[in-house]
Amino acid sequence: MGLLSDPNRRRALINLLTRLNAPICVVCYMAGVAWFMGLAFEPFTLRTYMSENAMGSTMVEEQFPAGERALVTGREFAAHKKKADGMPVDWLVKTMQAQGLEVFTQSFSRTLPFPDENKERYFVKGTNVYGILRAPRAPRTEALVLSAPCSPGSSNNQAVGLLLGLAQYFRSQIFWAKDIIFLVNEHDLIGMQAWLEGYHHTNTTGMDWSPLQGRGGSIQAALSLELSSDVITSLDLVLEGLNGQLPNLDLANLFYAFCQKIGVICTIQGKLQRNDWDSVSGYSHAVQTMMLMVMKQASGRPWGDHGLFLRYHIEAASIKGINSFRQYKTDATTVGRLLEGMFRKLNNLLERLHQSYFFYLMPSLSHFVSIGYYMPAFGLIAVILLLRALDLWVQLVTPPSRTEDGIVDTEQQASPGVLSVLTPLVISHLTGVALYTLPIRFQEMAVEHFPVSETEAVVLTAIAIYTAGLALPHNTHRLLTGEGTEQGWRVLKLAAVLYLAVLLGCTALINFSLGFILALTLVPVAAFITPHVPKVLSAFILVILSPACTLLFSVFFFQELLEMPVNFPDGWLLYLSVISQGILDHSLYGSLVYPLIALLVYPCWLLFWNILFWK
Amino acid sequence: MEAPLTLLMVVAVTIRAALFRSSLVDLVAERVEVVSPLTAWKRVVEGLALLDLGVSPYSGDVFHETPLIIYLFHFLVDYAEITFMLADVITAVALYMAVKDYNRQVFRKQKFALEADRYPPDCLELIRSPKEMYYVPLKVAMFYLLNPFTILSCVAKSTCGLNNAVIALFILSTIKGNVLLSAIFLSLATYQSIYPLTLCAPALLYLMQRQYIPVNFRRVSFWWFVVQYAFMYLGSLFVIICLSFFLLGSWDYLPSVYGFILSVPDLTPNIGLFWYFFAEMFEHFRLFFLCVFQINVFFYTIPLSIKLKDHPVFLIFMQLAVISIFKSYPTVGDLALYLAFLPVWSHLHRFLRNIFLVSCVLLACSALFPVLWHLWIYAGSANSNFYYAITLLFNVAQILLVSDYFYAFLRREHHLTYGLYLKRKDGSEATLVLK
Repeated sequence: MGLLSDPNRRRALINLLTRLNAPICVVCYMAGVAWFMGLAFEPFTLRTYMSENAMGSTMVEEQFPAGERALVTGREFAAHKKKADGMPVDWLVKTMQAQGLEVFTQSFSRTLPFPDENKERYFVKGTNVYGILRAPRAPRTEALVLSAPCSPGSSNNQAVGLLLGLAQYFRSQIFWAKDIIFLVNEHDLIGMQAWLEGYHHTNTTGMDWSPLQGRGGSIQAALSLELSSDVITSLDLVLEGLNGQLPNLDLANLFYAFCQKIGVICTIQGKLQRNDWDSVSGYSHAVQTMMLMVMKQASGRPWGDHGLFLRYHIEAASIKGINSFRQYKTDATTVGRLLEGMFRKLNNLLERLHQSYFFYLMPSLSHFVSIGYYMPAFGLIAVILLLRALDLWVQLVTPPSRTEDGIVDTEQQASPGVLSVLTPLVISHLTGVALYTLPIRFQEMAVEHFPVSETEAVVLTAIAIYTAGLALPHNTHRLLTGEGTEQGWRVLKLAAVLYLAVLLGCTALINFSLGFILALTLVPVAAFITPHVPKVLSAFILVILSPACTLLFSVFFFQELLEMPVNFPDGWLLYLSVISQGILDHSLYGSLVYPLIALLVYPCWLLFWNILFWK
Repeated sequence: MEAPLTLLMVVAVTIRAALFRSSLVDLVAERVEVVSPLTAWKRVVEGLALLDLGVSPYSGDVFHETPLIIYLFHFLVDYAEITFMLADVITAVALYMAVKDYNRQVFRKQKFALEADRYPPDCLELIRSPKEMYYVPLKVAMFYLLNPFTILSCVAKSTCGLNNAVIALFILSTIKGNVLLSAIFLSLATYQSIYPLTLCAPALLYLMQRQYIPVNFRRVSFWWFVVQYAFMYLGSLFVIICLSFFLLGSWDYLPSVYGFILSVPDLTPNIGLFWYFFAEMFEHFRLFFLCVFQINVFFYTIPLSIKLKDHPVFLIFMQLAVISIFKSYPTVGDLALYLAFLPVWSHLHRFLRNIFLVSCVLLACSALFPVLWHLWIYAGSANSNFYYAITLLFNVAQILLVSDYFYAFLRREHHLTYGLYLKRKDGSEATLVLK
């Protein structure tokens, strides 16, 4: 209790913190960024290792022989798909039944809130087909899922072929202790959402689907397969799921271990891993890989069909076959053997995967950064907010002449009315609510009056409301009766800073990447803004660092990371489509990024905007 | 003053009614921070169903409320929302009137002391003015009615709101000096959740102070008063317990309510300290640690009553805080009751040392509870340790808050006797250090 009760030491500490506040804040910010950049440096990361005993030491022998036949099935599937112009339900049912699976179908339909221009769909109607291979050796209380999407065009036919081939092969094995569900889902994530909701008897997004006729046990793990060519050069692992959730690291370890064993080139974020970590290019390669993961996680969208499983506490990942110009090719048999091996290990599981990490970043497939290593980077930046809050508090409670601990002069300034703080708070949140609800609600009206499509209407309304929020300080001031006092803005800023700290802390716990990116841009704003800084320049900086501009920069940065840089007009179009995707993700799958930004982060930023224009 | 209070009540009831109509109700009613196994409305409904079927509501392991509550809702189940809103309003009004009365007494006492020239000359700035005291009762009512914790508790229909109403009525009748009503309400509160038993001490101290009976163990008048109060208290407790027996026709409820409170068999996570500890503990240590944990609530009564024997109302505040921190199934509703008293001690603000730190921690923890719960239960990526860490932090913050107020109160009293600007023996300025 020494520090908390001894007034002399307290005063010394507080004096130090208030006197050196600005330098400490700058140092913390630099240290936070440096720490984050250091995470990709290989000596600072840990090697991945298998934590789950049930999957570690046991040997499995992969014998899947029928890659060529699977490809033939894939071609057959492609032909039927073309003929049916969509999912060849009857053919799939017949084929699966012929392999001895219990086959069921589920139909679903969904009207999107506004047309999705990327995938060109508005009213979606489809059917999922799935077959259950009942476990011969156990009471069928647990299940594994292998899924492949039935995509439009000629992609992913090989994935379905391989899925059917594996189904036939698995059928002849006797060691399955878990039900294995082979799922072909239509309309990628929408179909997956319908199937998962049907499987778990929930309905979170208001979709219409027919109830499932057959179910297996509780699903322990799921793999989603995407394969569009007969031979591949490498396999890519996709982990990022809805709201930035990641599967247990053991699933990635399992994939990596089998790739090593079978000799398939494996990548994460499409990046090979390199051994020259001590060279500059090696380091920047690792940084690129990690930044790609951070950007994808921060977007909060599912980056593969596996993304929705994670919400139901099911460990899942997508495996994508990539065919590039590399010399060395892998055939479908080898991919089949890899999947067989993974399923046999998953089949050995006695509990859900829980031994390894759930919070991690991967600078390469063989190395990871755990929560204990990356949280300090966020902590260093977040502590700036607390330091500023402390500084403000000290300014608020102590007039300049301070005599003793606790004993202060009574001539306090008139404390600011609750109203002067509450009004901006309420108004900025109302703006946030408008930003959240109006774009979808007003699309018809906008389409009537302006020459735009529905999607453009939604996005442009959102941007318009966002911009209109900038005119807010004048409106709040009109509502306020008295002049804003010195104390007034300090109280408002204290509230705003604490609000931002709690908000970012909670965000970083759920989705570290999003929290970190927001902290990176919002914390400097929160730290330096006062009514006394030069107005025009600060306003410019404030706008540049606002959430919407952060998103714009992120779009360009992401393209840069993908090594597909875009020029400004293309980038702008991409930006608009990203916004529409964000809104769609929220209403289709329940992604939380859009409501978080609209209802909490944006109002919080508006508070700082308000402080800048405090009269 | 009645107009703002009425306005406040209208606002509070409107907020609650609006929330009752929203989709939040189901969400809030499931939150472990808001409802405990004792107070959950879902369990009351279950108990009612059992009662209607002619089965003892205590026959399963679901219902743990007292028989009076279940018979109350037997008649009022259709008006449950109104009942809970009414309970909150009653609590607020009772606290409002109690604090108003208390402030009048404080002011009168201060006037006498001033006239008798009992305060040191440099303490004038510590004297409380009627102007700053004028809004205190209203602030108390506001702190209770508009506290998000109370609102959540009410929306979840946690029976904690009813317990708070009983305790508030007890405080009101004590401060008004009505011995019989005070004993009756105290016995009702004890009957509801045992722990308010410790409020006996401040009630006795206050009533004796009011009737000018000195607290002296050698005086007959002291013992006579204690016996009187104890007789009224135990008598009404006896009546209530027998009434419950005749309502149900069995003693089932005693182990099911009080046994449940004292032996803590349900380890559902909550904002208290018990669940994690007892989930981790080896079975053969259980009884010992159960005693250690439960003694915490009762033990502090003795030192606190000795130290604060001249300030029983502050003692009530301290006791309420101690109960809400150390009770076996605390909810945020318990917290709200003692937080409502904070405006009464607003004159201590200059002596508070950690209020900024503590309020930041309480705020952050309140936000982190649902986040970590989500990560633990739904996402499966965090585990119970994360949640318990926040629980621990939350309770440490509460303890710091209470001890800070305790220190500030004692320090003000010290200054009122020895002067505000203390000097060392050599004449230099001195500071008080708590060691």
